[in-house]
Amino acid sequence: MEIKGKVWKFGPDIDTDAIIPARYLNTSDPEELARHCMEDADPSFPARVRPGDVIVAGKNFGCGSSREHAPIAIKAAGVSCVIAASFARIFYRNAFNIGLPIFESPEAAGGIGQGDEVAVDAAAGIITDLTTGKTYRAAPVPPFMRQIIAAGGLINYVAGKVRGNA
Amino acid sequence: MAMTITEKILADHAGKKQVEPGELISVKVDLVLGNDITAPVAIKEFEKIGVAEVFDRERVALVPDHFTPNKDIKSAEQSKILREFSKKHNLANYFEVGRAGIEHCLLPEEGLVGPGDLVIGADSHTCTYGALGAFSTGVGSTDLAAAMALGETWLKVPESIKFEYDGEMQPWVGGKDMILHTIGDIGVDGALYKAMEFTGPAVEKLSMDGRFTMCNMAVEAGGKNGIIAPDETTRVYVEGRCKRPYRFYRSDPDAKYEKIYRYDAAQIEPQVAFPHLPENSRPVSEAGNIEIDQVVIGSCTNGRMEDLREAARVLKGRKVHKNVRLIIFPGTPKIYLQALREGLIETFVEAGGVVSTPTCGPCLGGHSGILARGERCVATTNRNFVGRMGHPESEVYLSNPAVAAASAVLGRIGGPWEVD
Repeated sequence: MEIKGKVWKFGPDIDTDAIIPARYLNTSDPEELARHCMEDADPSFPARVRPGDVIVAGKNFGCGSSREHAPIAIKAAGVSCVIAASFARIFYRNAFNIGLPIFESPEAAGGIGQGDEVAVDAAAGIITDLTTGKTYRAAPVPPFMRQIIAAGGLINYVAGKVRGNA
Repeated sequence: MAMTITEKILADHAGKKQVEPGELISVKVDLVLGNDITAPVAIKEFEKIGVAEVFDRERVALVPDHFTPNKDIKSAEQSKILREFSKKHNLANYFEVGRAGIEHCLLPEEGLVGPGDLVIGADSHTCTYGALGAFSTGVGSTDLAAAMALGETWLKVPESIKFEYDGEMQPWVGGKDMILHTIGDIGVDGALYKAMEFTGPAVEKLSMDGRFTMCNMAVEAGGKNGIIAPDETTRVYVEGRCKRPYRFYRSDPDAKYEKIYRYDAAQIEPQVAFPHLPENSRPVSEAGNIEIDQVVIGSCTNGRMEDLREAARVLKGRKVHKNVRLIIFPGTPKIYLQALREGLIETFVEAGGVVSTPTCGPCLGGHSGILARGERCVATTNRNFVGRMGHPESEVYLSNPAVAAASAVLGRIGGPWEVD
């Protein structure tokens, strides 16, 4: 899978309230959530984000709530992947479970600038900043997480397991 | 091989003699939990799996507590999804408004979580139950869906960090101050992916309520779980309460830790975490003159009996400052009733506060206490992120209940010793 897109750069500790404020969580409709994605971090984001764009952020991205609405909102907003120095634990897991590609790389998060064009080779975990020409390597994805991705997300993985047991 | 309490619980639930940090394991769950925000998504995913029933109707708990009593039509529709699913699957642990409280206050109170349990919940503060000596951690809705179907989940065994608290706690210092001080020291990702084990004489002296508060905020340091080895205090709490058999685990003396932090509890003052991260904590004496508009006392962090008693001790015979709105929300109906019987509710209302039904509402800016642009609130809740309690340009300061109550009287952030 090759991902290519323009970068939205954010700082460290972008929490789930910034990604999708709780005041909108009286619905779980992805399209509606997307309309408020990242608005407390950058109010212009929902109107200006374009399909394929990439979020690049500092450490501890997705800290806070367990709300799966956070990766759902990002995915529904058309963001192709998130690159961060590190991810909060529950967000990391949720992103894989719903099929939002994420890449952990402190070097990439530090080196890539706002508005840069980046390309990501998801299988190899190689991030290229097409604007600067620099390449970065993402932390390898644990084999079990790759199984979940290969199955098409956790629910497909579990459905397969249930059928196997029957 | 020596193991930590976390490793022992995980090993037993994985059916293994031992586990090591970094290992991926499949574990049986004793209880799974969802609320009115996370369960609707989980139920939708559950229905895609193709199983007819949940793995065990006794071990799925659904608690509509975030936007309830429902604040609008949309949240009513979300709650209805839980209600109908619970009826369809004949769930033993669905809690309707009036019998529902804030999930992390309610489930231990009802004896649904016990020492040695493994619990996952689609709410980040599920880590609260570590106070009972259980392994509990927050997950998302899809993980909840999978666990509702299979009765198991996968976990990576976390490395453990030990936090040891020696010395005597000062007056007005409690679990909230110990955990805010700790997060202030290690940062909001200081325990990312790790198990936080709280030990030492000061922790042993904490009541169950104080322990719940400490473990509740493990996630605020990025922790996978917070845990305290069960002891006599735990035994007194769970005896006659727990619905299922429980088991006390403790770490081996030679268990391996990634790191050990030591604190002198005597040196910890009541803390205030400044906007916009829980790690921005400092002693209340160094807060400066910060005028406030609202005080919120309650939540899964500090909405228990001990918390309400502490707030009442400060508020008794005093009045809330004319510029301040004080909102108190007990954690569960039982806590509410006990507070009523003890005369605490009377104290709160006489002081000029309002007492809300048990709900998560104000903590996450859902309903019942939203902040306007530029307003400041002292809250006993767990998060002070941008926009957490309302307008993105409002501010939340986290504290213990005594500091919050004193601040309500003073009209500015201050300690309980300042109200006289």
